Amino acid sequence: MQLTDVWFGLIAVLWIGYFVLEGFDFGVGILLPVLGRSETDRRVMINTIGPVWDGNEVWLLVAGGATFAAFPDWYATLFSGFYLALLLILVALIVRGVAFEYRGKVDSDRWRAAWDQAIFWGSAVPALLWGVAFANIVHGVPIDQHKEYTGNLITLLNPYGLLGGVVTLGLFTLHGAYYLGLKSDGEVRERANALVKRLAPAVVVAGAVFLLWTQIHGGRPLSWAVTVLAAVALIASARASLRGREGWAFALMAGCLGLVVITLFATLYPNVMVSSTSAAYSLTTTNASSGHYTLTVMTWVAGLMTPFVLLYQSWTYWVFRARIGPGHIPVPLLARRG
Amino acid sequence: MSSLDLARWQFGITTVYHFLFVPLTIGLAPLVAILQTGWVRTQNPAWYRATKFFGKLLLINFALGVVTGIVQEFQFGMNWSSYSRFVGDVFGAPLAIEGLAAFFIESTFLGLWIFGWEVLPKRVHLACIWMVAIAVNASAFFILAANSFMQHPVGVTYDPATHRARLTSIWALLTNQTLIVTFPHTISGAFLVAGAVVVAVSAWHLARKNARPSDVEVFRRTVRVGLITVVLAGIAVTGSGHLQAQVMTKQQPMKMAAAEALCTTEKGAGFSIFALGTINAKCDEVKSVTIPGLLAFLSTDSPNGTVEGVDDLQAQMVARYGPGDYIPSLPVTYWSFRLMIGLGVLTLLMGLLGFWGYRRGRTPTGRWWVRIAVGGAIAPFVANSFGWIFTELGRQPWVVVPNPTGNTSIRLLTSAGVSPSVGAGTVLVSLIVFTLLYGMLAVVELTLLLRYAKAGPPDDPFPGGADDDASSEQRPMSFAY
Repeated sequence: MQLTDVWFGLIAVLWIGYFVLEGFDFGVGILLPVLGRSETDRRVMINTIGPVWDGNEVWLLVAGGATFAAFPDWYATLFSGFYLALLLILVALIVRGVAFEYRGKVDSDRWRAAWDQAIFWGSAVPALLWGVAFANIVHGVPIDQHKEYTGNLITLLNPYGLLGGVVTLGLFTLHGAYYLGLKSDGEVRERANALVKRLAPAVVVAGAVFLLWTQIHGGRPLSWAVTVLAAVALIASARASLRGREGWAFALMAGCLGLVVITLFATLYPNVMVSSTSAAYSLTTTNASSGHYTLTVMTWVAGLMTPFVLLYQSWTYWVFRARIGPGHIPVPLLARRG
Repeated sequence: MSSLDLARWQFGITTVYHFLFVPLTIGLAPLVAILQTGWVRTQNPAWYRATKFFGKLLLINFALGVVTGIVQEFQFGMNWSSYSRFVGDVFGAPLAIEGLAAFFIESTFLGLWIFGWEVLPKRVHLACIWMVAIAVNASAFFILAANSFMQHPVGVTYDPATHRARLTSIWALLTNQTLIVTFPHTISGAFLVAGAVVVAVSAWHLARKNARPSDVEVFRRTVRVGLITVVLAGIAVTGSGHLQAQVMTKQQPMKMAAAEALCTTEKGAGFSIFALGTINAKCDEVKSVTIPGLLAFLSTDSPNGTVEGVDDLQAQMVARYGPGDYIPSLPVTYWSFRLMIGLGVLTLLMGLLGFWGYRRGRTPTGRWWVRIAVGGAIAPFVANSFGWIFTELGRQPWVVVPNPTGNTSIRLLTSAGVSPSVGAGTVLVSLIVFTLLYGMLAVVELTLLLRYAKAGPPDDPFPGGADDDASSEQRPMSFAY
């Protein structure tokens, strides 16, 4: 096995980490106006992801950094090519990140309502656009012989790309509902579980169409097998939720998201970005990669550090395993002074 | 404006902005860890309230540092794709290591610290803020490793087949002499910022007429922590700056000459304090008030040393790299260098004045002192910004400056680094979006920081801590969004 393949796999792992983890905190943000009817509800929801959302987001930064280090051409073509989509994602992540921190810092309904909007849009926009981006990477975009993207933002908004976006938006929202079922208490938990009944069928249908489309277009035996597993996990998660098995529903959805990422990467391989202009211009694991020495060094670093990351992030989830209910929510800080 | 100019403006604006928050985080995280250590060791509530108070300011500031950092990582690919292709093999590695080895730790353990007050045992909770403090400093190391490569490429070879840089030694990259002198300079600059902010906030509270005795207990302690930090960091930033100037003279002589707007090579060159005439691009200004031999001493350790001038270096570079203008913008380098040093020294003087003011239990309450302390807190932020403006504009027109003693094929002009597929209109949209968004967030951030700084330490009850009280199941959390 070549190191370039190892790194293709490692980047898939980083995206799995990102989708599984930030997926649910995006979902909670998207559901904030839907399930959070009172101020206490909304604070319950935000505090279920409070200790972990920032650590979850680092998976994206590391995926970006690892792509830069292991596949500079992939990083350069993708980031310069999908420019405006990434700009929207950046703006969304910025307002969302500060919203969590700033929302409770001023005791005013208008202030909180504004940051609630920021949390909703800051979660929904990237949840949609990551799907659009990945669908286009797999299906192909115009790339010339100099590895430069020659399309624009509209090029990305094709039917398949948009369907990919709707699917990640739906999957993350459902993942968020499962997470709230597992981690909150009281009315938020009840509403989250009730929502699954209405939301899951639509997500299952959209997901199935997207996965089938992906496989009919570029599938091979292995990716077909993973696709079937992903669909099974998705349906099983909804079933578990309807039977009140909140832990299983969340775990199966995490599995489903991992399998969806594997499906996309397995379909993509050995390309890293498909050129719709000419197959000869596609970026591959070999023509877009760094040198052998860099990949060797980075393999050592990733091999040494990743187990620790998994260990202390798991520990965080263990430390904050208790459900958050209305009784845990303190009065705002400024009100406590004086 | 061309997409090159716009991309440069965007990088400049977003980077200077990012680095307003980052140094405060780098310095304040360890200081909060020290305050909390004081509480865990003595059980004195004053230390606890100090931790909570400055911890809150740290969090407000940390948020903006994190979110603006994502932009930094993305824009190399977005605006500088040719640069990314040329150096990705080398430059990507420290960025990825930073994420894996440092950023994961700081984000995860900060979450544990914010929400862990009554869930974790006291000492474990204390260890969390220390992990954050160590990780933010480690982050700075890896990011500076990447930046130092742009100033002075080492551990690298040129691949003629791909026309790209290839990493040959990660060890050389992480022990780059530029990095070894830049890291302490940047870190001490960050501690100068954090120490000065702690002094200013504490001084303001201590000078209040109706200051509560319990608050005085808190701020008498923190003002001392802040002043010690300012003075130590001020000394360290000066010493490391001197070392940096010496390395720069050898590795980037053009930048050193540009710092002084020194036109012709001089033996025993003097250090110009300020210029009355205008410094212009043609290098024909009249400088006033020069300290004889000081520049030579700063750059070579000898007052009789020779410092090369801009004109001679330009001629050398033309001979080496072909026709072109290799002179950075002299007015910018000359004045930013002076503002960096001047404002840094003023902060150090504020710290020394503070030691005198608070000697033997006294408390200066005059408005003059509060003004000096607040000014002393603003100065190092500006000094840091000008330091970066100097060092990044001083390497122009290069984005990767050729290493005079290394493989000179490893060099790239800034103009050759920009994304060929991205039009000026697109970059303009992004520049406008970031400038407006960052501007609005700056107002919010400053308003919140001032509001919480003025509100003073909260009167929280002691948190139980997991080792004190096991039945905290339905109690409100002491720290929540």
